[in-house]
Amino acid sequence: MKNGIAPDVIIRAALMDTSPAHPDPLVEIRDLNFAYDRRPVLTGINMTIPRGKVVAIMGLSGCGKTTTLRLIGGQLKPTSGTVRVAGKLVHELDDEGLYALRRRMGMLFQFGALFTDMSVYDNVAFPLREHTALPEELIHDLVLMKLNAVGLRGAHHLMPSELSGGMARRVALARAIALDPLLIMYDEPFAGLDPISLSIVGELIRKLNDALGISSIVVTHDVQESLKIVDYVYFMAAGQVVAEGTAEDIRCAEEPFVHQFIWGEPDGPVNFHYPARPYGDELMEQPTKPRPWWT
Amino acid sequence: MKATDYLRRLGHFVTDRLWRLGFASRFLLMTVLYSGTALKRFQLTIREIYFTGVLSLIIILVSGLFVGMVLGLQGYDTLQRYGSSEALGILVALSLVRELGPVVAALLFASRAGSAITAEIGLMKATEQLSAMEMMAVNPIARVVAPRFWAGVISMPLLAALFSAMGVFGGYLVGVQLIGVDEGSFWSQMQAAVDFRQDVLNGVIKSVVFGALVSWIAVFEGYDAEPTAEGVSGATTRTVVTSSLAILAADFVLTAFMFRGV
Repeated sequence: MKNGIAPDVIIRAALMDTSPAHPDPLVEIRDLNFAYDRRPVLTGINMTIPRGKVVAIMGLSGCGKTTTLRLIGGQLKPTSGTVRVAGKLVHELDDEGLYALRRRMGMLFQFGALFTDMSVYDNVAFPLREHTALPEELIHDLVLMKLNAVGLRGAHHLMPSELSGGMARRVALARAIALDPLLIMYDEPFAGLDPISLSIVGELIRKLNDALGISSIVVTHDVQESLKIVDYVYFMAAGQVVAEGTAEDIRCAEEPFVHQFIWGEPDGPVNFHYPARPYGDELMEQPTKPRPWWT
Repeated sequence: MKATDYLRRLGHFVTDRLWRLGFASRFLLMTVLYSGTALKRFQLTIREIYFTGVLSLIIILVSGLFVGMVLGLQGYDTLQRYGSSEALGILVALSLVRELGPVVAALLFASRAGSAITAEIGLMKATEQLSAMEMMAVNPIARVVAPRFWAGVISMPLLAALFSAMGVFGGYLVGVQLIGVDEGSFWSQMQAAVDFRQDVLNGVIKSVVFGALVSWIAVFEGYDAEPTAEGVSGATTRTVVTSSLAILAADFVLTAFMFRGV
């Protein structure tokens, strides 16, 4: 204990400093490599997430975007390199330190990951009940405030099965901000949403980021919606960062892969056809696979 | 295929099973270590006792009644050949309290509650609810697994006792009310022959062990399930099959230790 202040309080005070003037970036990834078993997934990743900004990580499915998020959240350990969040090396923290850090992070999963046996209200109250000793009256007020922020105060009594995809994601967002985090990570927040829900979620990400003074990382392949709201973009392909810049830089990028991705062209560096032998050769051959007996 | 290939496959199969057993044992150890939340916030465990225990009551009570009735019929048929049909109460009670109560109730519990626990935890994993919990700094083993494990351990002996009680009642209905065995002999011989420590307590010990086995297998299979529809369905099947075999094997071992001197 230093000067009569508990170490936990000092750490919290450091974590709470979200002012843009804070010199250090919130998340710093340096020379990160990661492999599942021996299959490399990420190679030499370098990223910086400044405080108070919305940063997107874009790329094709399976290029390692979600793995990057899991490494930032400490759910995976890097093969080599470092991931630093609020000055702490995530993979060097013990369970207690990691859980203390996660209390300052929120994560929005692809389909919300709401607890299906709890109502909307109880889902948002869950982190508050687990991590605080607040009286139920105060939790009630906080839950309604968080739900109001995402426009779903009136849906507090519903069960997750009664919500549309967009509503479920907004509830998950209310749950993610319940403990006033420092950083929110969004894993494909726009996947499968109708255009109205999509723009509502996009606007919420930006507004909550600015209103709460937090930082946001958005993993997505929805180009048009995300470029409207983000400050900076990292482009990934095959486990590497292939381009980075502001939304405007990315729109004007001439790098062939980024150009194809942004403008949704069917052919380019990423081929329409899966690698195969010459078409003519294959057509001329006798089929080698017998018809399955059950068809 | 060469003989060496068969040998290699056998070796692979054995090491794979051993590795899985070790992983499951480590998981059990972690469940016990992280049981603080389940015991301190006992309402979490009580809620699971409702889902695993109370909701299994119907199947347990009805099955117990029918098993007891069949025991009454079969027992009378055999005993009356030796002129000792009055001993029907002893036969019904000892069969149920020592063996059928704990074993059949555990088999039913594995099919009804064990499969439900596996499916629930497996689906929570598939829909990223467990990952979401981890990212909210809540340990899913402490919050989800441990309460379900302890609920199974607590529910099982109670269900086995109710199964045996219903079985004795079923035996009474068939033996005394239907066939006409003397009511006084039925109850008094039962009371005289059933020993609390040797029979009842050993039955309770068996049911606690079976409860722990079924709950362990159910929570482990759910937590370890592949997060896909096939993965969860396979895990649910494995829970029922493995639990049933484990119950019967453990029953043999426990019986060998408990009743060897009798």
